[in-house]
Amino acid sequence: MTGAPSRPGSAAVVAEAVRGAELVLPRGGGTKPALWSVEGAYVLDLSALSGITEYLPSEYTVTALAGTPLAEVEARLAAEGQYLPFDPLLVAAGSTVGGAVAAGANGPGRLRYGGLRDFLLAVTFVDGRGEIVRGGAKVVKNAAGFDLPKLMVGSLGRLGVLTECTFKVFPHPESCATLRVAGMALDEAIEAAGRVGAGAVEIECLDLAHGLAGWDLEIRIGGRSFALDARLKRAADLLDTDVTTLSGDADAAHWRTRREFGWASPDASVLKLPLTPATAGALEQVLADLDASQVARVYSAGIQQAFVAWPAERVADLPALDGALTETRLTALALRAPVEAANKPILGHRTGGELLRRVEQALDPAGRFGRL
Amino acid sequence: MAPADAADFLDALTRRLGPDRVLTGAAPMAAYESDALTAFRARPRAVVLVDSAEEVVDVVRLCAAAEVPFLARGSGTSLSGGSLPVHDGVVIAMNRLNRILEVDPVRRTAVVEPGVVNLTVSEAAEPYGLYYSPDPSSQSVCTIGGNLAFNSGGAHCLKYGMTSNHVLGLEVVLPDGEVIEIGGDSLEGVGPDLVGLFVGSEGLFGIATKITLRLLPKPETFFTLLAAYDSLAAAGEAVAAVVASGLLPGAMEIMDNLAIEAAEAAVGAGYPLDAEGLLIVELEGEEQQVAAESELLLEVVRQSKPYLEHVASDPDDRMRIWKGRKSAFSAVGRLSPDYIVQDGVVPRSRLGEALTEIQRLGERHGIRVANVFHAGDGNLHPLILFDGRVEGELERAEELAGEILRLCIDLGGSITGEHGVGMEKRQYLGEMFDEADLDAMRRIRLAIDPGELANRGKMFPDAEAPALLSHGPHPLEVAGVISRE
Ligand SMILES: Cc1cc2nc3c(=O)[nH]c(=O)nc-3n(C[C@H](O)[C@H](O)[C@H](O)COP(=O)(O)OP(=O)(O)OC[C@H]3O[C@@H](n4cnc5c(N)ncnc54)[C@H](O)[C@@H]3O)c2cc1C
Ligand SMILES: Cc1cc2nc3c(=O)[nH]c(=O)nc-3n(C[C@H](O)[C@H](O)[C@H](O)COP(=O)(O)OP(=O)(O)OC[C@H]3O[C@@H](n4cnc5c(N)ncnc54)[C@H](O)[C@@H]3O)c2cc1C
Repeated sequence: MTGAPSRPGSAAVVAEAVRGAELVLPRGGGTKPALWSVEGAYVLDLSALSGITEYLPSEYTVTALAGTPLAEVEARLAAEGQYLPFDPLLVAAGSTVGGAVAAGANGPGRLRYGGLRDFLLAVTFVDGRGEIVRGGAKVVKNAAGFDLPKLMVGSLGRLGVLTECTFKVFPHPESCATLRVAGMALDEAIEAAGRVGAGAVEIECLDLAHGLAGWDLEIRIGGRSFALDARLKRAADLLDTDVTTLSGDADAAHWRTRREFGWASPDASVLKLPLTPATAGALEQVLADLDASQVARVYSAGIQQAFVAWPAERVADLPALDGALTETRLTALALRAPVEAANKPILGHRTGGELLRRVEQALDPAGRFGRL
Repeated sequence: MAPADAADFLDALTRRLGPDRVLTGAAPMAAYESDALTAFRARPRAVVLVDSAEEVVDVVRLCAAAEVPFLARGSGTSLSGGSLPVHDGVVIAMNRLNRILEVDPVRRTAVVEPGVVNLTVSEAAEPYGLYYSPDPSSQSVCTIGGNLAFNSGGAHCLKYGMTSNHVLGLEVVLPDGEVIEIGGDSLEGVGPDLVGLFVGSEGLFGIATKITLRLLPKPETFFTLLAAYDSLAAAGEAVAAVVASGLLPGAMEIMDNLAIEAAEAAVGAGYPLDAEGLLIVELEGEEQQVAAESELLLEVVRQSKPYLEHVASDPDDRMRIWKGRKSAFSAVGRLSPDYIVQDGVVPRSRLGEALTEIQRLGERHGIRVANVFHAGDGNLHPLILFDGRVEGELERAEELAGEILRLCIDLGGSITGEHGVGMEKRQYLGEMFDEADLDAMRRIRLAIDPGELANRGKMFPDAEAPALLSHGPHPLEVAGVISRE
């Protein structure tokens, strides 16, 4: 079956569509085209499967159909003073619940309490045989059965089509502000980040952004308004250099731009790479070796991940980047990339291949979703 | 297996490990015949004491070649029969694999072997101002391998999550002896979350031999509040009010009168003996923030009208309060010759309803139930007190335990929050999930372990086996495979 995408409005129709297709890939908001534009694939457009089905603020849980725009979920939560602590990306761009889970990517705020994997409680999905499967439970704690929700995080539509997801949510900090030190050398910035991170002050976000004049260290602190100034001062004392402070709307706008990739050129490919403070240097070396030291990039969430904007004019060098990452045992996910890269959304080093192969065999024996 | 093959198999194990580390026969293996769910026992073919990951690989390969089922065993504190031996299988005792390989203060990770005891990770991290967050009450004995298998939790899992939220990378021996690495040392990953799938798989996907854990900075300060109420419902309402206030405590625990009585008798925590419901709420974090939050907390809790409140005055006072709570399970042993520790989850807002119903069910069966629970996340631990020497009491206690699980399902919760399905709750898994859900899980299990060698017989409801609870002995008992004592 090929041709125009179908737009199912229920899990049962998704199941029927999957059973009738040879190669099928779900699309949520379509904000990560590199992840679903696989050649020859029949595209299942999930935008009609939309809406919040249950929101219980006192339970800290929200359930939504997979095609629900995250913007809608965030707005509902905000009205009750709650939020998705994994800090989803590309919300304004139209990212959906299912797309976010399948991409498994998190924003800078994941530093504080954890990533999407830590906040996904239950899923319903259609597997590769067209069966509707439920995993997890709609309560904040559960240890019954295999943790299928976690398996779906990062599955890129290759293990099942998500139809409904339940998240744990938390109360939003009363207010937030950000300290910024501009124009640092990278090792100096990493060292300062470590110093503040090891201190007592609890941090919402800690990013290093590559700019024209070096690296900007940005530290966001949130909590009770009454205590915020004292805490900012405490963190600033640890930095022991000139800091500027962003607060209120400026603070919110700054982090919104970060997670919407407003800092990346619109035609650049955007890659996400898991890292640690100890491996940031290895990525810098890879970029230097490829003569790419000037690309826009951010070391985010306490230097646990990098976002790299690979320029459109260097698309032909993506295979070289792939090779260099493999050699240094680094991995990248193309959140946005040219369609020709779509058959290979994951670049660099891979682990767990044998286990993944067995799981794929179980959930999608005929390979209807393609293989990762 | 033909007797000659069985002898060959044991010979092969002995050649690999030496005779001292292959235990056979009733006496040497007695300690391994059950776990903390003592109602069940099973005799394994052999118990092997491994010293290295390579030995685990070789033992698993020998088992796979001979099609002998096996399971890893940590400290055997499972409350769901998870580490009950598989009859005629091999128990691989992991306790000697107990080295902390690395603590990295910059990455904030610890790389450990699976036999490491939970609490020793925090002890090793302490010099760097770090700790390992999940804190099961059994933390001074249970192992990281066992924690991983059950996604264990504790009182302080409200804010930073259960075991799964703290495991970054794994080295795993799959059931056919193939060794894989999954995850890494970053909080982030790419591709399906295979570490997340492995954690909580109850030993059915193979054996973890090396584990990378995430460490957290130790909270600078704690604010621990004890509030006593005339009714359990009032304590429950206080929890709802704290949640509605936007505060995010590190722990929120409730104990009922029977549990208070037991804990007082055991450790003298200073709890008020006349309270019907005792709430412990703890804020943790940096000084200024906790100071600001504690004012709000006191205000909210006072509105719930406790007849007594007490703020821990110093770290010793705090430890005393927690000691009472953490000893509650074993303390009820003073109230009753036998007890079952049950574990279920209900939506937080239905806690009051659940407790009233548990009380009613207990009265109907003429059985006392003490309640200790992680109120913040709706995780109930009813302790069902009975006397196994009284004809029919065990059966009635198990029947009650089953009814409590059904109640959790009916209220939209789960049959286990942290102790796992194991042996005990197998048939309830089929009540919580539909056939298609179970079938997907079964297919994953079979794709990973076609021979069902790893921890065979656990977690999945056995199609041909009648219910485990009530009405006479378990089918494996009838077959002489397991027995109760
Ligand atoms: C730097 C950058 C700038 C962008 N700017 C814009 C912009 O200006 N305007 C715009 O419209 N978009 C933009 N995008 C696209 C944006 O990436 C997506 O809208 C969104 O983030 C991804 O979520 P999604 O729901 O759109 O997922 P999709 O992109 O649809 O899919 C992501 C992955 O998830 C899978 N998936 C999706 N839904 C499901 C499901 N239900 N079950 C299983 N798997 C599923 C897909 O197969 C795919 O592998 C931009 C992207 C980047 C990186
Ligand atoms: C008094 C008491 C209090 C308790 N309090 C709590 C509590 O607060 N919270 C809580 O969650 N639990 C609690 N428990 C239950 C128990 O302590 C936990 O389930 C614990 O994680 C079991 O660890 P263990 O080392 O004893 O594992 P075992 O009982 O030896 O094994 C448990 C399971 O883990 C598997 N396993 C062991 N090692 C590995 C490995 N390396 N790889 C793969 N699988 C492996 C085994 O095969 C088995 O299925 C309590 C138990 C007792 C007796």
